[in-house]
Amino acid sequence: MELLFFYLVALVAVLSGILVITCKSPINSAISLVMTFFCLAIFYVMLHAPFMAAIQIMVYAGAIIVLIIFVIMLLNLGTAVQARTSHCIAWGSVVGALMMLLSLTFLKGGETTTVQGEITKEVVAQVGHTELIGQAMFTNFLLPFEIASILLLVAIVGAVVLTKRKV
Amino acid sequence: MFTVTVHHYLVVSAILFSLGTIGVLTRRNAIVVFMCIELMLNGVNLSFIALSHFLGNMDGQVFVFFVMTVAAAEAAVGLALMIAFFKHKESIDVEDFNLLKW
Repeated sequence: MELLFFYLVALVAVLSGILVITCKSPINSAISLVMTFFCLAIFYVMLHAPFMAAIQIMVYAGAIIVLIIFVIMLLNLGTAVQARTSHCIAWGSVVGALMMLLSLTFLKGGETTTVQGEITKEVVAQVGHTELIGQAMFTNFLLPFEIASILLLVAIVGAVVLTKRKV
Repeated sequence: MFTVTVHHYLVVSAILFSLGTIGVLTRRNAIVVFMCIELMLNGVNLSFIALSHFLGNMDGQVFVFFVMTVAAAEAAVGLALMIAFFKHKESIDVEDFNLLKW
């Protein structure tokens, strides 16, 4: 039953991923991308990571995609950009397909490790996923967390500087 | 046999990443290229969370958090760049992005 549900969600995710790269209009691509993000959020719930699913929907579907759609509408392009020539598309697809084939071959040949850490799904259910993330982030990953906040600040300032009119 | 293993998630992740690569290589609209990069980042995030769950370790999920932070910063700066470029050249075709070429 779980496997059936997994295949259903995976099918939707891959199909909408294909739509992202094949749709002529960028708006359609953006909507398909939202669909992929929702499928990934479902995967995260299935993997007992509900906080990550919430963040996925809030940050990706809620913030980034809205920003992208906003820019598409601001620039009002429609389908003005023409497609690449067919041999470019063929070569790009060949490279991507080769990469997919290679990684799937490695996956097929790989062995599953039996190493098991202390975070089982019982622990997640008992302590709470958000608490576990917070514990990890504010103890082991405190310095990267601070660096990430600096990065966001720089990004904000950079975005403002790049788009402002010359005064 | 009928349970979802880590391989299933990794296969989906590899497919999404490769789809993103194909999109980056074959599209000319800079915004679509940008969305394909987001697709690749999401493929990686899925494998991080799947491995984190099946190994019983929290580090992968914290890493996904940082990837999302970087993706948000990238979205802000990247879209600002596109707007600045559009003001300059009236186009967001990646073939026209040649200001730094010599």
